[in-house]
Amino acid sequence: MSERCDEHKGAGMPLIMGMSVLLACQFAGELVARGLGVPVPGPVVGMVILLLGLMVLGRVPSSLRITGEGLLRYLTLLFVPAGVGLMVHARLIGMDFWPIVATLIISTALTLAVTAWVLERMQRRYRRGETR
Amino acid sequence: MSVVALDQLWVYLSGNPLLSLLVTLLAFMVAVRINRMLGGTPLVHPVTLAIAMLIGFLLLVDMDYATYFEGAQFIHFLLGPATVALAIPLYDHRERIRRLLWPLLLACLVGIFTAVASTIAIAMALGAQIETVLTLAPRSVTSPIAMGIAEQVGGIPSLAAGLVLLTGSIGCALGPLLFRVMGIRDPGVQGFTLGLAAHGFGTAHAFARIGAVAGAFSGLAMALTGLLTAFLLPLVVRAFGLG
Repeated sequence: MSERCDEHKGAGMPLIMGMSVLLACQFAGELVARGLGVPVPGPVVGMVILLLGLMVLGRVPSSLRITGEGLLRYLTLLFVPAGVGLMVHARLIGMDFWPIVATLIISTALTLAVTAWVLERMQRRYRRGETR
Repeated sequence: MSVVALDQLWVYLSGNPLLSLLVTLLAFMVAVRINRMLGGTPLVHPVTLAIAMLIGFLLLVDMDYATYFEGAQFIHFLLGPATVALAIPLYDHRERIRRLLWPLLLACLVGIFTAVASTIAIAMALGAQIETVLTLAPRSVTSPIAMGIAEQVGGIPSLAAGLVLLTGSIGCALGPLLFRVMGIRDPGVQGFTLGLAAHGFGTAHAFARIGAVAGAFSGLAMALTGLLTAFLLPLVVRAFGLG
């Protein structure tokens, strides 16, 4: 409990500060995406905006780090509500059940293998070229 | 003092966002516990488990998804700021990323093409309906982006979100196995591959299981894949004669 009091005594309300920065970037991203009519979601544009901001600033403020890394630690929880939405499509999934299952498994395995292989090869060649 | 009848209480509680918010958090905690008890196996992903338990719960108490989502949307909403927060690990590892920019870009393009083309080809070959094929197409992209793309090419946005999640958990299950078989030990390569093929799930997995470097590369892959797929997918769909 005393911890919470200290938090208010100091300059920072780190969670509120950090969250405000994240939301502001998301908002700006939303404006840019809608304004320019690009088919990219606002949060992705917001991420680019925050990255540019951090590069200009040259460091990550601790309030932003606390909030951001806290959110990222529980990233998977955030997918749960959308995932429960699968129940709405039970009928369609039932109709195409096996094609969906086979496609997901085979194609994901293929994507993983090809990407890892290409990157591993390219990276090796790149490093060799660099040290020359 | 009169005791309120139990069924009346239930009517009140089940219409209240509080309940779905609470069961979502509880289901997630229980799912993580169960996953840990099973030795942290990626074969039973905590999120898939939590989703299955919640669907079971909703069917059991006869609550529809719209009512559930009224409460759960507070959690769902945080996906936006969490996506923005990916800029932090990207910034932390900017030097390494800058050094490898071209290999990363090329791997990303090849990966996206493999994901989209193989998905469409396999689904069509197995006789899935066109609507299903178009919904499956953006499955390796993080769900908010995938929903937008699915809508654009003629798929079903909300189903796309679900398929994205399944892809994520399958990617986390297959990834470590494939890396072992292929002898890939570099955390950067592992993270990038997981982020590309399994988006947010892969990124969370990379952070938790492989480390911060893998997490940063994974976040980068997820962001880059989302951006590029949004532009490339409509072209690939048209190439298959579906657009």
